Amino acid sequence: MAIELIYLTVALPLAGFLVNGLLGSRIKNEKAIGAIGAGVVGLSFVIVVMAFFETLGKPVAERTSVVELYSWLAAGDIGVSIAYQVDQLSLVMAMVVTGVGFLIHVYSIGYMHGDKAFWRFFAYLNLFIFAMMNLILADNFVLMFLGWEGVGLCSYLLIGFWYDKKFEKSTTSEAAKKAFVVNRIGDFGFLLGMFLILTTFGSLNFGEVFAGVAAAENVPPLTFELIAIFLFIGATGKSAQIPLYVWLPDAMAGPTPVSALIHAATMVTAGVYMVARTSIIYVNAPTALMVVAVVGLATAFFAATIGLVQNDIKKVLAYSTVSQLGYMFLALGSGAFVAGVFHVMTHAFFKALLFLGAGSVIHGMHEEQDIQKYGGLKKYMPRTYITFLIASLAISGIPPLAGFFSKDEILWYSFMNRGEIFWIVGAVTALLTAFYMFRLLSLTFYGKPRFDEAHTKPHESPYVMTVPLMILAVLSIVGGWIGIPEIFSGEHGNLFHSWLAPVFAEANLAHGAHPSHTTEILLMAISVAGAAGAAYLGYRMYSSSKKQPGELKGAAGAVHKLLFNKYYVDELYDATAVKPTVWTSRYLLWKFIDVGVIDGFINFLGSLVERLSGVLRKMQTGVAQFYAAIMTLGVAITILWIILSL
Amino acid sequence: MEFTLTDLTHLLPIVIVAASVLVAMTIDMFTKEADKTLGWFTALSLFAAAYVSLFFVDKTGVHLSGVVASGGATNILHFVFTFGAGVVALISMEYAKKTEMRVGEYYVLVLSSVLGMMLIAAAKDLAVIFVGLEQMSISFYALAGIRRKRDKSVEASLKYFLLGAFATGFVVYGMALIYGSSGTMALDTIRYAFPDLVSQPLFVLGLALFVIGFAFKIAAVPFHMWAPDVYQGSPTPVAGLMSTVGKAAAFAALLLIFRPVFDGAENALFPFLAIVATLSMLYGAIVAIAQDDLKRMLAYSSVAHAGYMLIGFASGEATGAAGVIYYLVAYAFMNLGAFGIIAMIESAEETNLKVQDYAGLGTRAPALAALLSLFMFALSGIPPLAGFFGKYYVFIAAVEGGATWLALVGVASSAISVYFYLRVVVVMYFGKSENRMEYSVSNVSLLGVTISAMLVILLGVLPGSIIKLIESFVR
Amino acid sequence: MLETYLPILLTFAAAVGFAVVATFSSEWFGPQTPNPEKHSTYESGVKPLGTTKDRVSIKYYMVAMLFIIFDLEVVFVYPWATEFGTLFGEHGVAAFWSMMIFLIVFEFGYLYAYKKGGFKWA
Repeated sequence: MAIELIYLTVALPLAGFLVNGLLGSRIKNEKAIGAIGAGVVGLSFVIVVMAFFETLGKPVAERTSVVELYSWLAAGDIGVSIAYQVDQLSLVMAMVVTGVGFLIHVYSIGYMHGDKAFWRFFAYLNLFIFAMMNLILADNFVLMFLGWEGVGLCSYLLIGFWYDKKFEKSTTSEAAKKAFVVNRIGDFGFLLGMFLILTTFGSLNFGEVFAGVAAAENVPPLTFELIAIFLFIGATGKSAQIPLYVWLPDAMAGPTPVSALIHAATMVTAGVYMVARTSIIYVNAPTALMVVAVVGLATAFFAATIGLVQNDIKKVLAYSTVSQLGYMFLALGSGAFVAGVFHVMTHAFFKALLFLGAGSVIHGMHEEQDIQKYGGLKKYMPRTYITFLIASLAISGIPPLAGFFSKDEILWYSFMNRGEIFWIVGAVTALLTAFYMFRLLSLTFYGKPRFDEAHTKPHESPYVMTVPLMILAVLSIVGGWIGIPEIFSGEHGNLFHSWLAPVFAEANLAHGAHPSHTTEILLMAISVAGAAGAAYLGYRMYSSSKKQPGELKGAAGAVHKLLFNKYYVDELYDATAVKPTVWTSRYLLWKFIDVGVIDGFINFLGSLVERLSGVLRKMQTGVAQFYAAIMTLGVAITILWIILSL
Repeated sequence: MEFTLTDLTHLLPIVIVAASVLVAMTIDMFTKEADKTLGWFTALSLFAAAYVSLFFVDKTGVHLSGVVASGGATNILHFVFTFGAGVVALISMEYAKKTEMRVGEYYVLVLSSVLGMMLIAAAKDLAVIFVGLEQMSISFYALAGIRRKRDKSVEASLKYFLLGAFATGFVVYGMALIYGSSGTMALDTIRYAFPDLVSQPLFVLGLALFVIGFAFKIAAVPFHMWAPDVYQGSPTPVAGLMSTVGKAAAFAALLLIFRPVFDGAENALFPFLAIVATLSMLYGAIVAIAQDDLKRMLAYSSVAHAGYMLIGFASGEATGAAGVIYYLVAYAFMNLGAFGIIAMIESAEETNLKVQDYAGLGTRAPALAALLSLFMFALSGIPPLAGFFGKYYVFIAAVEGGATWLALVGVASSAISVYFYLRVVVVMYFGKSENRMEYSVSNVSLLGVTISAMLVILLGVLPGSIIKLIESFVR
Repeated sequence: MLETYLPILLTFAAAVGFAVVATFSSEWFGPQTPNPEKHSTYESGVKPLGTTKDRVSIKYYMVAMLFIIFDLEVVFVYPWATEFGTLFGEHGVAAFWSMMIFLIVFEFGYLYAYKKGGFKWA
């Protein structure tokens, strides 16, 4: 029953968007607007959960159902339907999006209180959920792409929500623009991939394409590799991977709930979802799968190193997000699609929690974001502190919190399927993660206040904000328990794995002999011990009662500078890609080709048409006899033509 | 000849409209001050007929000794005629009050013209087409001149009558030649003999003359000259009726005669159709640019749209026929919506019809401006509105039929036409004006326009299912 | 095949022949004694004075048109009446009712013209 109603989970947020978007400025009442905005998402969540239990009750082979609303486009052989596919993967994603989304909506009621465009914010958030649900539930690439573009648009609108606010050297609008443009590069790859799929398999419907992939014998392997690489380029844009990750840190210009919802928990995992959804293509493209793994690993590591030294609370979390997304791609690239999606879920819990906690801190500190000016906030915001601590433990991979299980599974598969190097880099990244998280935690909540206590009076956030924090904290603790590895859970097996695995294709990547259970436990122990050690180190180094953390000197200082400036990647892109493009665009394309050649030509055509129009209108004399004469002329020519063509 | 209850139910849409003509006449005869009653009666009976048409869409059959058909594409067209005319009736009520028009004859004539259209769409025999055509045309001549105290209205009526009679002559002559060469008036017989008949020059000539006669009705270049004068001179709702459902009826006749071509017979008139389509698209789009009067502009735009639809015929593909029907539905409602708004803005003295008069409407009447913008976007073919998919399906058919260049001309002409459609939008929102013109927004008119707007959006959002339905009838 | 059109050709010839004979026979056979009166436009009518563009009352057209319309319908009824026997044999009562429906609709028009004052001269 609930499965048939799945379209409501799309329609309700749309309705919320329309109501708040069209009437919001007249409703004015924040409570009503917030209730509508959060309510529709909450209802969607209920429906998704019902659909989940209904699906759970079915035998494994029948768990995929497609709800077709109507045939949207029919042109020749290409038919595109508005149809929603309910299966294990889309249900997990939908539960995360609507569930976490609902909590963040509720949180926003408190966070955005008093904003002059309160209604606009909720309208955009609902629009985002609408687009995201389309992306997740689509049963074909076109609808998925529509959702994909839709979330991109919402991301743009929400990053620049305070469009006149200063952000770093420019404004939030600039950050929004950057996000949009960088994403467009990725979308281009996605589109190319779609076109290639269409020409190869003659369809864009998931079921048909995947059946085609499974049955394909005459398709050259290179085609699969190309499709996979193109789609992955799309994923690097949306999910902020090397080389297109640069927009995500800037996306922090948006309101913090947006960072939590879009730029941490849901939208940025769309790339992971897409690769997982098309797993069968990647399984057939071993080289592309390797590329995914390498890019994921590299992103995870580099982003973590940058995160070590950032001073803006949201920047740290942003690089942490990029890094964790890298983990997810590492999982996908290691053929561990289940582990990748598992990490999507657990990450959604603790990263949303971290961002919302950060938002709570920023809120309490009157919009101050520099962690060097925090310190000792523990006593001012106990609820935020506790939840933040739980999230930090979770992301650091401390058992038995959620992050441990998903991260451990990823590391284990990378070890098994990709070899020791991958495991070592992954484990080191985990250490770095633990370190920067505890640095952040310590600088914020421990030690002595580094702000003027006389003037700044930090306060705990209202319950409408902290209750979502608490729920997410619980989820960050227990969320991993559905994916307890087989060596601990014994005969029950990994529940999450047995639920999700049927959706994915099996990657044939067995890297030599199967390592033993002992190896597994040993590796686990090493990474946990390392993470715990790094976390302690972070705590020790930054929770001292010194007023300011010490300056680094010498070689360490140079590294610090390099990291602090994010490897100068922005500057590099600016010099090699942005500036030349802008120059070419401005002077060659715009001033010369556009204004000179094209506009000149168009204006010429335009004036020609207008002049022609002026001449032709004189034909309309108003004399009926003349009209009849023209008609007769037409008839005469027609008859003449027929006679001549005999 | 048998006339059973089955016939009656299958022909119910036609029967409803026919009965409504008589009832409307009776109401007009025996009541004074029948304005409101008649308007509502006309609108409701037309909507009822529209509903029945769709309800019986799968009841295909042939009735009355095989001269009238029901079900399938015929009923889709019935729906366009009745629903479109119903919307016209809605937007007429306020207009009739404003201009103190004589309403008795008005609604009777609207209903009677619709009856004629339905006969054309249902025809299985050339004679029925002719009867329907005359019923429709004569009603139109009278409707064009219904504001008989105004010179322009009378002039429009006379011009339309003279040139229309002239064009009807070609239709009859064409029918005569078709009959002479094939020996039958029955469309089905002609349909099956068509592949052999096209080798006869006399038949091709007859076909050409038949098409020319209807090319006049759809206002295709060079048989379009009447359209701007007549649309401008006629009362606005009448112009809306003629340019949408009236045009649809003429296309219905063409669809009937071209049926064998869509089945796969040789498209003997391809060069003629292609040239007329090209001329219509370009001429309509280019000359519309120079128009200041909105009704004239829409007249030229209707010339261009006739050209786009003729592409569907030139393609000779079944998908082209389906595309044309889809286009007819789409065009009917986007154009009716535009005329409905013009009728509201227009004053009783027929001022406020210039594009410049609309300056600043965006702030003074945001709802009207938004609706008119919607129709303008739809007419210029911007997705995802109805007009886009109409063009899309027709162009695709042209490409499938091997006439890609026609589709390219269509795209070029669409690009030109964007200019004058969007000019209206630009003037409404960015134009400055001190002209505090009066306009009369009645709820009934607004209802009619809103219904059109909803259909325009609906057709744009779910074109797939609708085109599939239509295609199933055309094949 | 063409011989079936022979009667039409004969009718055509007879019509043309009659027109030619009627027009020119008076000139060929009649005595020619002209005077000014005989040379005027209407030999036996009102003297043509004033403009020919005088307006004629609209009533005249109304009555003329109504007469022609209703007169022409009779043309429709006549062959039906003469062939009724055959028609009845083929179609049964439908042959009767189809004409009745036609006449009812038609009389409706008559009633309409009457109610709207189409026959009132004054």
